[in-house]
Amino acid sequence: MSSHGTNAAVVSLEAVHIGFEEGEVLRGVSFSVPPRQTLVLLGESGTGKTLTLKLAAGLLRPDSGHVRVLGQTVSEMREEELLEFRRHIGFVFQEGALFDSMSVADNVAYRLREDGLPEEEIEPRVRETLRFVELEHALEMLPSELSGGMRRRVAIARALVNRPPVVLYDSPTAGLDPMTAQTIITLILRLRDVYGVTALLATHRLQDGFALANFRFDPESRRVFPLAAGNGGAAAPGEAAGTRFLVYRDGLVYFSGGPEEIVASRDPYLRRFLV
Amino acid sequence: MADTPLQAASPDAKEAHVPSLFEVLGGLARKAIAGVQDYSILSLRSLTNLAAGPRYMPDAMEQMDIIGVGSLPIVLLTGFFIGAVMVLQTGSQFTRFGQTALTGDVVAIALVRELGPTITGLLVAGRCSSGIASELGSMLVTEQVDAMRAMGTDPSRKLVTPRVLATLLMLPLLTALADFIGLLGGCVVSVFTLRLDAYQFWTRAIDALEFADLMQGLSKPVFFGFILATVGCYKGLSVRGGTQGVGRATTQAVVVSSVLIIAADFFLTKISLFLADKVF
Repeated sequence: MSSHGTNAAVVSLEAVHIGFEEGEVLRGVSFSVPPRQTLVLLGESGTGKTLTLKLAAGLLRPDSGHVRVLGQTVSEMREEELLEFRRHIGFVFQEGALFDSMSVADNVAYRLREDGLPEEEIEPRVRETLRFVELEHALEMLPSELSGGMRRRVAIARALVNRPPVVLYDSPTAGLDPMTAQTIITLILRLRDVYGVTALLATHRLQDGFALANFRFDPESRRVFPLAAGNGGAAAPGEAAGTRFLVYRDGLVYFSGGPEEIVASRDPYLRRFLV
Repeated sequence: MADTPLQAASPDAKEAHVPSLFEVLGGLARKAIAGVQDYSILSLRSLTNLAAGPRYMPDAMEQMDIIGVGSLPIVLLTGFFIGAVMVLQTGSQFTRFGQTALTGDVVAIALVRELGPTITGLLVAGRCSSGIASELGSMLVTEQVDAMRAMGTDPSRKLVTPRVLATLLMLPLLTALADFIGLLGGCVVSVFTLRLDAYQFWTRAIDALEFADLMQGLSKPVFFGFILATVGCYKGLSVRGGTQGVGRATTQAVVVSSVLIIAADFFLTKISLFLADKVF
């Protein structure tokens, strides 16, 4: 998994088409995400944001076009190869998609057990990861006993337990109250600035994207600081990989650019996200 | 990354298209064939997965407990009453000819060859095929199956194979127990209603059975188990339309597996009788 250089795109889609019985959802989408960048996918529901994430994880195959992730052409891999490949990707599903018959600890430990790690190694890593999302006390709880925000935090813990270089977030703040949504975004900030992950974040809330673009987490002081205007979000101190925005409309990329461009835009469709 | 120029919305004016009867039937046939194909692939993979790792044996053990031990009460209770009612039905006929001693023979052959496997198959289909379909269906609609795939686990290995393996192994055992309890029920009723001697009933029942009968009676549940588990898994993993779809899949799993079990029973009986004639 080392065939990608520093400047090569970690995730790229080229002229991707995908459709279902109801019609074509993505009609030739192309974009690329360089290392340590966070790409915020904006769009109304049904515009193909989740589909894009599933394509990047190889959970769906495009009808045409290429999907490349970490130097591998995901769209041409066999299912067995994909299973191995997906171990390098973290995927946070919209509602968390936690295994509801397993405890929080077992959910987080799932991937490590699949990798055949010894139990004495799994336990401290699960604890450490749950501490990162501030849910160490919930180890033995079942997903049904958790609040919506806690479930998302466990889902994030589960996705990052084996330190994947790429994390895909599917509407991580959907259906949460503003305070809880803020906690989740702070967590995503921390993940970006502590581990330097490359991320794709699908959302219909522009403020999530702005929070990522305008703030950074300082691991030393463990606090969130606002960035100087125009920085576009830093992946780590001194490294401006930044946050970019991509807006879908009618199956095509309608807008692609930084936070300033989207704010400055007079386009009525983009203004709808700003309200 | 080249910025895409802003485009004006271009709503495609789609013409209303009314499909012809031919198109509708063609679409349905295509769907049915695709369904059979998907089911066949899933069924085949449930077995070929066993050839190479990873194998999820703890999951298979858990399913054996749920499917095997969990079905025990209903299978035993039903088996007892099936044996009992067989004696009531046949006994009244034999009394007319003064041949009540033959009751044990008839009950044993009917139970071991036919009623034991079929009733057990149908009961377990009602209980477990629906359970499997609703469990896997709920996992699918809550994206747990996708989450599993996203973490590098093959759902057919983790979810399907353990359930199929557990049902394949458990159903013959449940059938054997149902046969025994059925004979016990028959014995109790024949002692109390036909005034038969219990020893005589058991001796005749056991003597009436041949090796071919046991082969037939214990090989059928292997096929029935395969049918009910694979249909349950297939219906669960092909759910469309949220929680309502899960309900539909659950019902369909029971209906389809029950019909397939009875249809398969006909052909398996035909094959068994042929083999009994030629081989045993």
